[in-house]
Amino acid sequence: MDFLSLFVLVPILMLVGFLPCKNIRQIRTVAVIGSSILLGLSVALVCMFIGERAAGNTAEMLFTFDRVWFPTLNIHYSVGVDGVSVVMLLLSSIIVFTGVFASWNQQPLTKEFFMWLILLATGVFGFFISVDLFTMLLFYEVALIPMYLLIGVWGTGKKEYSAMKLTLMLMGGSALMMVGIFGIYFNSAGSTGTFTFNLQEIAQNGIPIEAQRIFFPLTFIGFGVLGAMFPFHTWSPDGHASAPTAVSMLHAGVLMKLGGYGCYRVAICLMPQAAHEQSWFFLILTGISVVYGAFGACVQKDLKYINAYSSVSHCGLVLFAILMLNETAMTGAFMQMLSHGLMTALFFALIGMIYGRTHTRDIREMGGLMRIMPFLSVSYVIAGLASLGLPGFSGFVSEMMIFVGSFQHTDMFHRVFTVVACSSIVITAVYILRVVGKILFGGVQNEHHKTLTDATWFEKIAVVTLIVCITGIGFFPSFVSDIIKGSLTIMTSW
Amino acid sequence: MSYTLIIVALPFLMFLFLGLVGGKMKPVVAGLIGTTGLIISTVLSYIAAGSYFFSVGKIGETYQTIVPMNFEWLRFTDKLHIDLGIMLDPISVMMLVVITTVSLMVHIYSFGYMKGERGFQRYYALLSLFSFSMLGLVIAPNIFQMYIFWELVGVSSYSLIGFYYTKPSAVAASKKAFIVTRFADLFFLIGILVLSFYSGTFSFRDLTSPAGCAFAQSITDTFMGWSVVSWAMMLIFIGGAGKSAMLPFHIWLPDAMEGPTPVSALIHAATMVVAGVFLVARMFPVYIFGAPDVLTIITYIGATTALFAAVIACTQTDIKRVLAFSTISQIAYMITALGVSGYGAHEGLGYMASMFHLFTHAFFKALLFLGAGAVIHAVHSNEMDSMGGLRKYLPITHITFLIACLSISGIPPFSGFFSKDEILVAAFEKNQIVFWCLYFCAGLTAFYMFRLYYRIFWGDNNKVYQHTPHEAPASMTIPLIFLAALTCVVGFIPFSEFISTDKTVFHTHIEWSIASLSILVAVTGIAIATWMYRKKNTSSDKVTASIKGLYTAAYHKFYFDEIWIFVTKKIIFNGISQPVAWFDRHVVDGFMNLQSTITNYLSRKIKFTQSGEIQDYAWAFMMGAVVIISLLVFI
Repeated sequence: MDFLSLFVLVPILMLVGFLPCKNIRQIRTVAVIGSSILLGLSVALVCMFIGERAAGNTAEMLFTFDRVWFPTLNIHYSVGVDGVSVVMLLLSSIIVFTGVFASWNQQPLTKEFFMWLILLATGVFGFFISVDLFTMLLFYEVALIPMYLLIGVWGTGKKEYSAMKLTLMLMGGSALMMVGIFGIYFNSAGSTGTFTFNLQEIAQNGIPIEAQRIFFPLTFIGFGVLGAMFPFHTWSPDGHASAPTAVSMLHAGVLMKLGGYGCYRVAICLMPQAAHEQSWFFLILTGISVVYGAFGACVQKDLKYINAYSSVSHCGLVLFAILMLNETAMTGAFMQMLSHGLMTALFFALIGMIYGRTHTRDIREMGGLMRIMPFLSVSYVIAGLASLGLPGFSGFVSEMMIFVGSFQHTDMFHRVFTVVACSSIVITAVYILRVVGKILFGGVQNEHHKTLTDATWFEKIAVVTLIVCITGIGFFPSFVSDIIKGSLTIMTSW
Repeated sequence: MSYTLIIVALPFLMFLFLGLVGGKMKPVVAGLIGTTGLIISTVLSYIAAGSYFFSVGKIGETYQTIVPMNFEWLRFTDKLHIDLGIMLDPISVMMLVVITTVSLMVHIYSFGYMKGERGFQRYYALLSLFSFSMLGLVIAPNIFQMYIFWELVGVSSYSLIGFYYTKPSAVAASKKAFIVTRFADLFFLIGILVLSFYSGTFSFRDLTSPAGCAFAQSITDTFMGWSVVSWAMMLIFIGGAGKSAMLPFHIWLPDAMEGPTPVSALIHAATMVVAGVFLVARMFPVYIFGAPDVLTIITYIGATTALFAAVIACTQTDIKRVLAFSTISQIAYMITALGVSGYGAHEGLGYMASMFHLFTHAFFKALLFLGAGAVIHAVHSNEMDSMGGLRKYLPITHITFLIACLSISGIPPFSGFFSKDEILVAAFEKNQIVFWCLYFCAGLTAFYMFRLYYRIFWGDNNKVYQHTPHEAPASMTIPLIFLAALTCVVGFIPFSEFISTDKTVFHTHIEWSIASLSILVAVTGIAIATWMYRKKNTSSDKVTASIKGLYTAAYHKFYFDEIWIFVTKKIIFNGISQPVAWFDRHVVDGFMNLQSTITNYLSRKIKFTQSGEIQDYAWAFMMGAVVIISLLVFI
């Protein structure tokens, strides 16, 4: 058994472990143990990865494992990681770990809830370790389907509508992507004469430019839907607003990263020439996402909607930076994924905790929470400051990396667009401070809120873990950027 | 000189410590811990200044730039990387002294002023955070570190303005301050991007060294008809203008007075607001060699702001707001002085004068604010109308406040006279229009400061107070006395022997022809104020009635707030955000929903074909078979 497959195996074992559970206590035990193991595994993986790189192992993918699965179509179960996927795995395990604590009192149908949640996690982990396009696609779908049930059953508000919309739109995206992937497959032979799903082999063989021109936009849009690219982002506000806390966390924190990761790994790495040719078009779309999402967030009244639009803006920045096709901006993009994942998970966790107490997410119905629940409020302020890119938090380093990297582009068009994207930092400040000022400061709006209590110990675990990660990256960004950058130099050497 | 690290690091550790465990301590203990940390920092920065200016830093007649610490923090590209480190040169060492001194005074003063306030520990934690950020800003060896601390300064200012967070006006003011300065910071950031793109470095050493300035001259690229270096430096200046409250970004500063008064003294008078001046001074060689046209713009912005703010200050009735506008006006003096400066020994007089005025202003303006705080503490109001005759009740505050007023008005031998005189000389030599503008401002300054002074301490001598005002406790009067003493002596420092554009010692003397002019105008201003406000009389009403239009406009701060509110509320919120949100829900999302509606509609239309009746199916099957067979047969 190889090391990477443990990331899929542990969640599956957790699923099995849930089956005999009789009460919420046992379920929690299984969930906490399993997610702690996953967190431990990913930390170990980071250490091993750094060790390997330090020892001079320059292979593109490390810890690889390959087994033929379906010989007729040359489908393999093939896993391996580079710096980018290591970071994504770390992110996912942190979010799963904190997600478990954030859904401590999830009722009813606790067992089913956790099983679907962990199934989703299985898909996510599998996606990030795959080097085979087919298995990648498979895990991708595994990650999407549970979302429908998690929102439809355990959600709030117009949950059926949101669940349906989210699933249909993402499925629409994956339909496009599937066409793209099969297109890639049937053009993957190069000079070898055999079709392959293996990412590295495809990149080596090269895809004819005519095929790239057709399949690049298909795959990019396909993954872009999940990355909330304008105009395919509208699933995000409704979906996030209806989803239960842990699902929102996992969805915005990890699932949306599948989009960015896929855009990079499949669309750009396999079809670099088409990416060069067509990047201007997608830069415009993602540039719109960045500013549009931020403006959209300014007038929302529901905390989750504000955050969802903020995610559109931040994730837009991820795709925007990837399309700059230079090392610095791409490194920034992955740091932004990591940072946005952590920040938005923190936001959704806090919103869930506040909602669980006040039973409202409408910012007009809250006020003066700082005095009532200082821990949650201070954490919310920290999340807000991280989100608006304050130095000392992860948001700042990733945004600066993106802006500086993008601005190094010699083309005026790219630089002008960078300036446009930069302007989002002001709008972000506007909507963050608006919310903070309304709900945390000022006088108490509702007399009933005065009796509410502050965070419990398990909520504190979730919040503190995320804050520590965010500030950790903010203070020692080189640690992460070196891991990512090392892998990108190899990949961007076209 | 690596011990300078401690000066910066200690406040940060204090912030972490007080922020994490301060809430569980007794308030006084938390305050003492924060103050102790700052005392150490202050002592160390005095030592650093002493050894820098008199031994380590000075080689011959020239001051060296010392970088005791520098490490790479985050690498962007091979050339561009953010380093964190410490750079000591005359202006940064001077700033260390200013910041730690004023900050220490504020720490001590706050024991009395903030006594019994809820969140006392948080207050000291935030003061430490601010001190850390401001110190980190001035010692930055590269522009990106400066930007980092620039943002941190902004957020600590935000949290201190909004210290009384249950008060809606304080929350609004803090938000406004943050967003306005953030908006300006955006330009700063873009400026950094442009500059680093062309120069390939963030480091001040490379940028401002003679070789670096040569780069600035060698770049010939233009953008929309203006050299890219000018663009970059203009954008960077806008960033500075945001923090330093230059037109049209000044609107946040008067509102920032919602914060506790000691905070106003520290952040919004002595230190943070001069960050913009410091920035221009730091980049000065690039301005003078690479973008002299921008320097001209800076001069005029400065002069206009100085006049504009001085006029408004004459009409305000909230004592802290008078001081706020006075601050804007004085900072504009410094900016203008930089604008009219040249490079070289005596050519660079404006630069030296600007830094000199920064130095003296920090002390007397902090003194004014702290004095105003003592007054507010005594009468529990900011409004002049509820004051009068307070000299009997607050003797120490009265004397120290008077010293500060004389100093800012430019009466010798107080410090403000010396620095203001140098600025006027520099302006006189370079640009007559600017000189007369500043000269008129000097008169206005004397007038509005003494208007303030008389209305607080004289005026209605027989005013009856509900609670008899008391002199402030010792913790508050000691800083006042100390700062007053500084105000009396620092003017005699031969500043040109420490700070100059090319870091070489030169000598200046007082230009008595201009000095006597400036004393004349100051005395005139004071005389008018005395006539109008010393005793309660109707002369001031008569004067305001005669210039009613101007008075009303000035009283409403020339309607700048209204313009900004129009821009933010009407244009950004109602003009952009609302339509965007609507567009998103109804057009983009509507299109998605439309697809499902169409699908639904079509399936409803064709659902009759799935009737479930076997006859229908058989009929359709037959017909289909007939059609297919006939097609096969006939085609």
